[in-house]
Order: sequence, then structure tokens, then C-alpha cells
Amino acid sequence: MASSLDGSLLGMLDHPFMERAFLAGIAVALLCGVVGYLVVLRAQVFAADALSHVAFTGALGALAVGLDPRIGLFVATVGIGLLLAVLGPRGRADDVVIGTVFAWILGLGVLALSVYTASAAAASNGGAGVSILFGSIFGLGEGAARLTAAVAVVLLIIVLALVRPLIFASIDEAVAAARGVPVTALGVVFMALLGATAAEATQAVGALLLLGLLAAPAGAALRWTKDPFAGVALSAALAVGSMVVGLAASYAAPSLPPSFTITVTASGIYALSFVLPRPVRRRVRRRRERRPGIQAATP
Amino acid sequence: MSVPAVGAATDPFQPAPGWDLLADVRELFTYAFMINAIEAGTVVAVLSAVIGWFMVLRRQSFTGHTIAVIGFPGAAGALVLGLSATVGFYAFAIAGALVIAAVRFDGRLGYRTESAVAGTIQAAALACGFWFSSLYGGFTGGASALLFGSFLGITAGQVQTLGVLAVIVLALIAMIGRPLLFASVDPSVAVARGVPVRALSVAFLLLLAVAAASAAQITGTLLVFALLVVPAATAQLLTARPVLGLGLGVAIGLAVTWTALVAAYYVPYPIGFFLTSTAFAAYLLAFLASRLRRRSRPAERAPTSDEVLEPVRS
Repeated sequence: MASSLDGSLLGMLDHPFMERAFLAGIAVALLCGVVGYLVVLRAQVFAADALSHVAFTGALGALAVGLDPRIGLFVATVGIGLLLAVLGPRGRADDVVIGTVFAWILGLGVLALSVYTASAAAASNGGAGVSILFGSIFGLGEGAARLTAAVAVVLLIIVLALVRPLIFASIDEAVAAARGVPVTALGVVFMALLGATAAEATQAVGALLLLGLLAAPAGAALRWTKDPFAGVALSAALAVGSMVVGLAASYAAPSLPPSFTITVTASGIYALSFVLPRPVRRRVRRRRERRPGIQAATP
Repeated sequence: MSVPAVGAATDPFQPAPGWDLLADVRELFTYAFMINAIEAGTVVAVLSAVIGWFMVLRRQSFTGHTIAVIGFPGAAGALVLGLSATVGFYAFAIAGALVIAAVRFDGRLGYRTESAVAGTIQAAALACGFWFSSLYGGFTGGASALLFGSFLGITAGQVQTLGVLAVIVLALIAMIGRPLLFASVDPSVAVARGVPVRALSVAFLLLLAVAAASAAQITGTLLVFALLVVPAATAQLLTARPVLGLGLGVAIGLAVTWTALVAAYYVPYPIGFFLTSTAFAAYLLAFLASRLRRRSRPAERAPTSDEVLEPVRS
């Protein structure tokens, strides 16, 4: 049993669709792990939730007017991300404003869905609504997978370049501002990055499930280590782990959709972090000594 | 997989509003499904506006959204098992509220962890709902109605359930309203005065679960905010006084619901779109009104240091 399972799991990379899914999925998971950690650290999960709904409306809006859904995705998520950042105090959006705006945006998405499904284009692409809501990573084409992975890598490089000031500003905004960190500008840039990340993740796990890939690995990393830099790395590793396990599980059991297995794996890891205690305590202290700049900032 | 095209697809004729308002209203009330929808909408609007007012005050919008989303796998799972979606909505929403209350019981969890937990629960719930609806026979119109709302299939029995639950919830909120208000506005002082803040917050989560599950049956899981957040947020923009604010929230909720129902009857687009758009329009109007009022009443702005020092100087 075990050997046949091994054989079938090793064989899964022979399928081009699995190869493409792993290429795009791992890149997106890395990005989501890193950005997600910052999202949780900055307590902006709700904004991420709002942007995931925006992604749905953007993609369907583009389909309804006959454009490539990816154009709508990125324009809508980055645009609304910037808007939320500008409306909110210090580049952070207010709960009620987010709730009110995203309820309406989702309503517009429903309208776009109904316009699109009634149109002739939907006849050839009937599952578009589902794949935008719940992802269709097994259905990615060669070019789409490469492009998704490339965009994820570029975004990852930008986030990693900004990761130090972002962590500082997230942990103690006031001290960071006093030390000359451009807190507001960082907040705005981060919301744009979060928007782009949401657009990327929508292509992998769908608009409704991307929150799992953002929040769950990050939440687990936050429970397992207090060191923010180790946390970013751990969160990225857990996200990639969820992606790989999820894709393999869905391959092994075709009745389970991949976005379901990925999300459930990530949530399971987070649930585990409430059961298992934090393993590394001493390393935190050593790290603090090595990085005096962060000492003041860690809670 | 299409969202049920409301109106046109279901009516053999395309209804259009005439100029005789009375005749139009009478026409709306000739259909049983429309009467059910209006009754259910009215109940849900009142309930959501009241609970939503406290929810906005307590900054628990995200929690409310999460609880509503948890209802989705409940409803989809109930359909797989051959039960009614209503049962699934309430069972899962209440269970979800209990989980959220239990996680919160660990007092060391900060807002960060709490929101990460809520977000993860949400994604996991949606994933399960997606799986259940794929078991149920694909992402059918039924599952899409669970997500985005529908007012066509509301039965008389459902209206009755909604009504009974609404009366119970409203009675309970009337009983705990005063201490809840106190605990929401200033929890530390409330604790010091002996108000059972912890018990109140669990009780409120349960009431919120019932309200969210009720609203989800009309607005759909994803659009509960149209009735749960927006009317309350609009009312709080206009007044800070509790009783007036609650009344205003209920009035706005009713106006939004009735407008959306009538619009959805005549125009073949989903009701979720009309609900959210009317609600958002009300919010925008209130936002502009509150801005204008602040500008036209300069006395209310903080005095400048020169003005404060004026009497001292002279």
C-alpha cells in the first residue's frame, strides 16, 4: 500500500498539469507566507479579507466586459488596497469602513457574475465563477503558471527588501516613526503589495480561500517563535508545506478539490500550534542580543 | 452554476412597475413567494440592525462576518444530508460562535492572534462548504444562493422560524442591553463595577450567531454585512445616542431591505447586488451629511489656542 502510494505520488510530477501547479503553487505560497506574516503582525487580516472579495469582483468584472480576468484582478486589488490605505489612519484602514466598502464591492461582483453567466462568453467558460471563487490550480496553462510564478517572485523580492522596516513599523509604530521610519508611506506600499498578493493567490486557491494561505501559516509561525525574522521564514516554510501537501493530497484523492486540501492543511497546522508548545525559547534571547535594533521593538 | 436570475427567469412575464403605485404594491403582494420574502426581509432587517448596532460598537464586524461564513458549510452540509439549509445555518453559526468564544477565553491572546484565528476559521469553513457543495452535485444554483442570497425560495415555515428566533433574540438583547452597552463602551470600568463582562460577551456572540444565520438566509453568507454592518454603521455616523441610533439603524435596515426586494422583483439581477448597493448609498449619504453638519456648525470644532487665550489676554 505504502509503496504504491509512493509510486503514485512520485509519478504525479510526470503530469504537466501537476508540474505547473507545483511551480505556481510554491511561488504563490512563499509570497503568501511572507506577506501573511506581516499582515497578522500588523493586525490587518480583515483588510486582507476585504481584498480577497475585491479580487472576486475585479476578475468577474473584467470577464463581464470581455477582458482577461487577471487584468481585473490586479487593477482591482491593488487599487482598492491603496484606497483603503489612504482612507484609513496612518495607512491602516478602519474596520467599519472596510466592512461597508467590501460588502458593496462583493455586491458588484455578484452583479458581474450574473451579467457574465448570462452572456455568450460564459457558454464556453462556464466554470469561471467557481474557479475565481475557489481556485483552479490544476487548470493553469503553461504560460499562466510561469507568469504567476514570475510575478510572485518579483513581489517576494520587493517585500523582502522592505521586510526590516515593515516589521519594525508593525511591532511598534510610534517608536518606528520616532526613529524616522516613514510609517505612513510603508503602510500604503504594504497595502498595494497585499493587493497584488491577493490577486496572485486568487489564481491558486481562489478568492474565498486565499485568507487561509495568508493567515494560517502566519498565525502558527507567530505562536511558535517570537523572533520576527525567524517568524517570516517559518511562515513561508509552513505555507509552502501546506501547498505541497495539499496538492499531493488532492492528486491522491481526486474527489477532494486542491484548494480544499491546501486550506485544510494550513488550518490544521495552525490548529496544531495551539496544541504543541513553542519549541524554541532560548534562541529568541540570543537573537535579540545579536540584533540590538529589534530589541526595543519585540513585545 | 448561475446565480438564479431573479425576476425574469422565474416569472413567465416580465413584471414592470406601472405609474399606479397602489396597484404596484397590490401586485407585489399577490404572490406568496413575495409575501414570504417581504415578511422574512422585515424580520431579518430589524434583528440585524439591532444586533449589528452593538456589533459595530464592539468592533466585532470581522467576527460577525466569520460567524456568517461558518454557516455556509453548515447549510451546504445540511443539503448533502437531505436536511433543510436553515438548520445547518443555525447549527454551524452557533457552534462557530462558541468556538470563537472559547478561543478568546485564553485571555493572553491579543487582537493579532484573534484575527488570524478568525481568518483561518473563515477560510477553512469556506473550503469545507466548497467541498460539500461539490459533493452535492457541483456548484449549483443552490450553493450560489447560499453564498449570494436569494429571496425566491423562502417558505412560510422559514418565516415562522425567523420570526420566533427574532423575538427571542430581541427580548434577550433588551434584557442585557444596558450592561452590554456599558461593557462595550468601557470594559475595564464595567469590570470594576462588577458587570460580568466575560459572560456578556459570550452571550452577545451567541445572539450575533443567530442574527447572522438569519440574515444569511436572505443576503447569502457573503453579503450579511449589507444588513448587519451598514445600517448600524450609518446610524452611528448620524448619532451617538443609543436609543436614537438603534431606531435609526432599524429604519435604515427596513428601507434598504424593502427597496432591494422591490428592485429585485422588477429587475432581473440578484438581490445581493441591490441590498449592498442601497445600503452603501445610505452610508455614503450619511457620511456626506455628517461631514456637512460638522462644517456648518463651527462652534463644535475645538477652539484654537488663540481663542482659548483671548479672555486671558484682554
